Amino acid sequence: MGGNIGSSSEKTLLLKKGAEADLYLKEWHGRKIVIKRRISKKYRLPQLDKQIRIYRTIHEPQLMHRAKRAGVPTPTIFLVDIENAEIYMEYVEGKQLKQVLNNMSPKERLEICGHLGELVGRLHKNMIIHGDLTTSNMILTTNKQIIVVDFGLGEFSQELEARGVDLHLLKRAFESVHFEFAQACFSKVMESYAGIVGKREARRVLEKIREIERRGRYVSERKKID
Amino acid sequence: MYCLGIESTADDFSVGIVAFNGRILADVISAYFPETGGIHPREAAQHHSRVADKVVAKALKEAKINPEQISVVAFSQGPGLGPCLRTGATVARAIAVYLGVPLVGVNHCVAHIEIGKLTTEAQDPVTLYVSGGNTIVAAFEAGRYRVFGETLDIAVGNCLDVFAREAGYRQREGLPFGAIVERLAADGKKYHPLPYSVKGMDMSFSGLLTAALNLLHKGEHTIEDLCYSLQETVFSMLTEVTERALAHTEKLEVLLTGGVAANKRLQSMLRTVAKEHGAKFCVVPKQYALDNGAMIAWTGALAYRHGLTIPVEKSFVRLKWRLEEVEVPWVET
Repeated sequence: MGGNIGSSSEKTLLLKKGAEADLYLKEWHGRKIVIKRRISKKYRLPQLDKQIRIYRTIHEPQLMHRAKRAGVPTPTIFLVDIENAEIYMEYVEGKQLKQVLNNMSPKERLEICGHLGELVGRLHKNMIIHGDLTTSNMILTTNKQIIVVDFGLGEFSQELEARGVDLHLLKRAFESVHFEFAQACFSKVMESYAGIVGKREARRVLEKIREIERRGRYVSERKKID
Repeated sequence: MYCLGIESTADDFSVGIVAFNGRILADVISAYFPETGGIHPREAAQHHSRVADKVVAKALKEAKINPEQISVVAFSQGPGLGPCLRTGATVARAIAVYLGVPLVGVNHCVAHIEIGKLTTEAQDPVTLYVSGGNTIVAAFEAGRYRVFGETLDIAVGNCLDVFAREAGYRQREGLPFGAIVERLAADGKKYHPLPYSVKGMDMSFSGLLTAALNLLHKGEHTIEDLCYSLQETVFSMLTEVTERALAHTEKLEVLLTGGVAANKRLQSMLRTVAKEHGAKFCVVPKQYALDNGAMIAWTGALAYRHGLTIPVEKSFVRLKWRLEEVEVPWVET
């Protein structure tokens, strides 16, 4: 199927070797595109390996599409090649939020976090769970728009638990990579998140995050962040 | 200079003696085995207080030193089971006061990482610490071991233990549940899909355990196939998260430590991943994989050299002491 269209002769450039997938930059029918190829992992059983790669290759575009409908910018999908576990999508010009967040002015940083909170709010309001909400998976474009990428671990879910885990991951990402600003950033995210999903729901999610942290066996003193 | 370390976070009571240059002189472990079910905290603590004097005496004898040669006493201050921790702490305080030497409280998770580094000569690894009570992927950054991923519910060792116990197996000296599962899995042939639950960098094992137990109770599959499927699924999850942390931090070593580190299948998966990233794979020797006093003694020596002693009257145990709360000034990068 798609494999034939994909294997046109234009040259391919390895953009990033990820833990789970490789990203290639390619000129494709006159456009700059990214091919995300889920690589086979030698460490796991072939059966389990194929199951995981195919599942994620099918689900990721579905989630990205739904995210767009919910008003969350994601790269446009051009082609999905299930057999080769490849997704062809738009190349987004910009920088990972992870790279730029620490070097912003405090005002700008909070603005961005506010924007981020709205996006997460819209995802969750539409039952979309990103599954890997870290600042590596957000691209800040030159016109200050955030494009959310990598829905590879995402899922559709109505569970409060799933929303809690999603935001718990974001909080943890702040704490591990942006620890100096973690508290301020996460509070701002939650503030604008509440603006989208409602104060009541935001409170429930925060309560859930606390519960998840407690379940994580050791309650940290950092809990005062909330 | 020697440090005597006491480990008593859970079912093991152990005393280790380590020289300040890193030489391990003694490591004596006495394990508590419950009659039925899992660890009963009070009964484990009673076991610890029953054997404490004998274990300390045996460790001193093994190290061939006099008590007066000990310059610092370290104990596992947390995280762990309250009654067990308090028993170990009481023994440690008594020895420190009797000898008139300083006391050091050691974080159990830090100790597992430090003994792994000491015995494998790893310098700055991404660590996968897996045991009956903990499942953590960590790496050093800015003065502390940062947690990159961990379990959201039960520990992976706990998951394997409960499965083996429910299947009717009993563990004994030298044959923990993990080894029983590993042995059975070696004869497994057919893989039965189980829920694969990686959420970003974190993992969840409780739903997976329930699914595996349901299959077990249905009685349609062989125990070998089930152990095989269980191992393949949980170890793939652990390996995926470790690989993510490795890709993220770009460190050049992978260290496997904790009780589950003894599993050969998990070792082989991590070895494969480390190789692909051009990183060195290090695994803690089997005798220091399980909870042991030597790791507490060694970490105590490191902490003592940086003046991290605590007065006896402030040496309360810390049941929920997180890894990343601990400053580790002895780590240089």
